Amino acid sequence: MVKKSSSIIVGIVSRAIVPFIQLFALYVIVHGHSSPGGGFQGGALLGASILLLRLTVGREGSELVFPERMGTPMSGFGVFIYAFVGVAAMIGGGVYLNYAFLPIGGMQPAELRSLGILLVETGVGIGVMATMIVIFDDIAKGNFHD
Amino acid sequence: MLLVYAATELPMRGSIDAPCNVDSSLTGTPGASTYYIRNAQKEMNTPNMVTAILADYRGYDTLGETTVIFCAGIVVFLILRKLKDGKKI
Amino acid sequence: MIEQFLGHSAYFFIVILLLIGMYGMLFKKNLIKKLIGMNILQSSIILFYVVSAYKWNATVPVLDPRLGEPIPMQYINPLPHTLMLTAIVVSVATTGVALALIVVLYKRYHTLDEDELLERMK
Repeated sequence: MVKKSSSIIVGIVSRAIVPFIQLFALYVIVHGHSSPGGGFQGGALLGASILLLRLTVGREGSELVFPERMGTPMSGFGVFIYAFVGVAAMIGGGVYLNYAFLPIGGMQPAELRSLGILLVETGVGIGVMATMIVIFDDIAKGNFHD
Repeated sequence: MLLVYAATELPMRGSIDAPCNVDSSLTGTPGASTYYIRNAQKEMNTPNMVTAILADYRGYDTLGETTVIFCAGIVVFLILRKLKDGKKI
Repeated sequence: MIEQFLGHSAYFFIVILLLIGMYGMLFKKNLIKKLIGMNILQSSIILFYVVSAYKWNATVPVLDPRLGEPIPMQYINPLPHTLMLTAIVVSVATTGVALALIVVLYKRYHTLDEDELLERMK
């Protein structure tokens, strides 16, 4: 069902373009404060870059970038980051997910909220990326013809 | 037909006094979106209001939604686990 | 009259899209086509929310320092955009689960036709 691309041009070009896609995805996640973007979009881009490798380079090559067995743990790790930021706000004395009470000293509440948004978006990005790869891998499992 | 008839009664596209854009609703409760627009920069230090609402004002919503996609990944994994060896299900 | 029609033309387009999606879900026999119909229906709902967020002479909901103190008339409504961002990701998740179920059904019965599936499940 899933077949590795046999064309040299497609393989080389996609291999060259993947780092730039990933860099752009990181930009979208980190710069989501002041421009359109955020965790979901950046995570979808990261996932798409790795799926491009899966489709063109083949299974063995793309396993080096993102191993298949790491998919589910990474997805859980993203959700864990999100929940842990909420718990950290509780430790600092606020209610769950109120980032103004994060236990970091010497910052204004507005800046703390900004930092909390960044942490949470990172978690969401990791979760979305890993989930997209997991869905693709499981559907394509047993159907690879390298 | 019924849907088209219903659509003609909706507010015009882009009108400022549509019910979801106004300051306070019919019963006098304050509207959410205008509050977000006024206070997002002040409270969050974040110019992008969509991010501010998504991650902070509605943090629980996004937490549940991240959990939903995590569960979707787990479910796909569990459904298709047995296909690995080409076994019959 | 013309103005009335132009003001609501976006809603008419969305109604057509919703009817296409519902037709695909109800009357197509192939499960993949049903799934595509479901996605079209979800897109129509998402477009409806985004259209309802629009305001004339307003800009995107990213704060512009040149406009000074934020006035709600100058920015379109950010709330529907946020909700639809969530809905898009949930639709990705449901599509993934549905595709997984379809793969399992195909491996088991070697068909995706609805009537044939019901016949063989008896």
